[in-house]
Amino acid sequence: MAAIAPTAGTARSARARSLKHDRRRALYWSYFFLVLFAVFFLTPPIYMLITSLKSSAEVGAITNPWWVYNPTLDNYKALLTSVEYLTFFRNSAIVSLVVVVVTMLISIPAAFALARMKFWGSATLATGVFLTYLIPETLLFIPLFKIFAWANETFDVSLMNHWWLLIIVYPTLTVPFCTWIMIGYFASIPKELDEAALIDGAGYLQILTKIFIPVALPGIIAAMIFAFTVSWADFLYPMAFTTSADQMVLPAGIVTTLIKGDVYAWGQIMGACLLGAMPPLLIYAFLMDYYIAGLTAGATKG
Amino acid sequence: MAQVNLRKVVKHYDETPAVRGIDLDIADKEFVVLVGPSGCGKTTTLRMIAGLEDITDGDILIGGDVVNDVPPKDRDIAMVFQNYALYPHMTVHENMSFGLRLKKVPKDEISRRVQAVAGILGIGELLERKPKQLSGGQRQRVAMGRAIVRNPKVFLFDEPLSNLDAKLRVHMRTEIKKVHQKVRTTTVYVTHDQVEAMTLADRVVVMNGGHIEQVGTPHELYHSPQTRFVAGFIGSPAMNLIPCGLEEAAGSLRLKMGNLAIPVPSDRAARYRGFAGRSGLICGLRPEHVFEDRRHLEPGQERFEAVPEVVEPMGNENLVYFPLDGVEVCARVDPDCGAQPGSSLKLVADLRHLHLIDDSTGRVL
Repeated sequence: MAAIAPTAGTARSARARSLKHDRRRALYWSYFFLVLFAVFFLTPPIYMLITSLKSSAEVGAITNPWWVYNPTLDNYKALLTSVEYLTFFRNSAIVSLVVVVVTMLISIPAAFALARMKFWGSATLATGVFLTYLIPETLLFIPLFKIFAWANETFDVSLMNHWWLLIIVYPTLTVPFCTWIMIGYFASIPKELDEAALIDGAGYLQILTKIFIPVALPGIIAAMIFAFTVSWADFLYPMAFTTSADQMVLPAGIVTTLIKGDVYAWGQIMGACLLGAMPPLLIYAFLMDYYIAGLTAGATKG
Repeated sequence: MAQVNLRKVVKHYDETPAVRGIDLDIADKEFVVLVGPSGCGKTTTLRMIAGLEDITDGDILIGGDVVNDVPPKDRDIAMVFQNYALYPHMTVHENMSFGLRLKKVPKDEISRRVQAVAGILGIGELLERKPKQLSGGQRQRVAMGRAIVRNPKVFLFDEPLSNLDAKLRVHMRTEIKKVHQKVRTTTVYVTHDQVEAMTLADRVVVMNGGHIEQVGTPHELYHSPQTRFVAGFIGSPAMNLIPCGLEEAAGSLRLKMGNLAIPVPSDRAARYRGFAGRSGLICGLRPEHVFEDRRHLEPGQERFEAVPEVVEPMGNENLVYFPLDGVEVCARVDPDCGAQPGSSLKLVADLRHLHLIDDSTGRVL
């Protein structure tokens, strides 16, 4: 025994050393890649910020593109006093917020039905919902043109070139994905919870509003962030379906009004993009913690 | 009055039968435990009473009314789930009052009832906490409180203690019994643990393979099992089931097990005489009816010798395992009788407590 003990002790400390070594090596690599990604993803916004602080003359001059010699806020002043830019901003805000609400009103009940009320074909339907998300919008905008033209002929409703058209179109992008992630979230809620509520006297609507929505709130917030980001950033549909400046949203508006022929107002374009990126950034910053927090802890054993 | 009656209840999942036509009458205020191995249909039966599963055939009556098509919320039942199923975003108070709030019971009455039940269960201090701030035993109490506060006709428990550790389980078992003695509500309780079943139940229903094997008081099931399954399932350590034969010689009936031949007590002999010479019989004898040699033996107790393979000291007794005709037999002996593995030991079989089982039908004769 006496002979074995020190050997075992040495082996243990050697093992601890090697674990520590492994851990350090893993950390080095993690930091290496994290820095690499941070540089890669932060370079464009920094370049945008630098350019937005330059006058047109300085942008055109042959100087160091990574440095501002005569910083100016003229670009921002011009943007924030421009009626057009503020209209884009307002249109974007209304469209995105309404799309989030519409998406939630459709997705939450749909996900609840598909996750919980086992009916004939519910599994196929759930997969079908996801498959529709896989069809790219570039394939859809021409058929959508046809549909709008048909609606115009049949019902005499002019859909084209109205900002609110996007409220009808964007849910085709957001609803399938949001429904899909919420099916997953709802499915992770223990079945006993709805059975307990059922016995307590709740109907399906009450189970949804009083149990599922509060318990799955992190998932719902994730879906809302997704819906907001998609409708805030989409470029193709507003380019295709809106033409006059007062009907445009930010992504299309910036490109159409700040590029005149072959004259690019680079400073203003960059400033407009940076300002436009602010709302999603703020939303992520404030809601991230909340939606990572596990709310389901304590529901059942575990 | 809230008796529960099951009439030829059948449940199929697609084509797989889970419950094969059971009849059961549960009296008002009775505590009935459904017990059996996993897959025996006990939980399915409970869920059918709750209304969480449709019935394929037959009738379920609560308080005399057929409830086959009545939704769970209108059956006036309350259920405690194995994993508690507390609403995670609500406090204990909100959890307990959820059902009452849905029924639009006045606020002050809700709060009075919640306080009263919290008092019974000793969770008055926890009412403002969320489930994740509670220990397993506290969550279990809240789950029971949520059921009691609604003052239902029937309580349904679905293995409520199986998530707790052994010590807490014994404690909560006593708590459940106390609560039932206080509130006297008809209770159907499902468990796979026969000790829980025996300690809690007024009557135990032993289920196996979708059938009811036997219904009876814990005493009846222990002392007069009707089938081989019940004989082997109830009791710990389990009843010894030894292949045997009956032979009649010179007017007396003897039980043959391997090279042992023990006279059958005269009061049993008349009952078993018809089976003399039959093969496929099993002798069921509980471990406490095989014990160490004593100076004075009653009629029906017979000595024999065995060589123990394993001796397990339990403190108050020793469990001795020895082979007999290819079967391992357990005896409960005095710790001071000197039982040693490998050395011959004189034992006594008390055949007055013999259960003779027909192996082909599984019935106790």
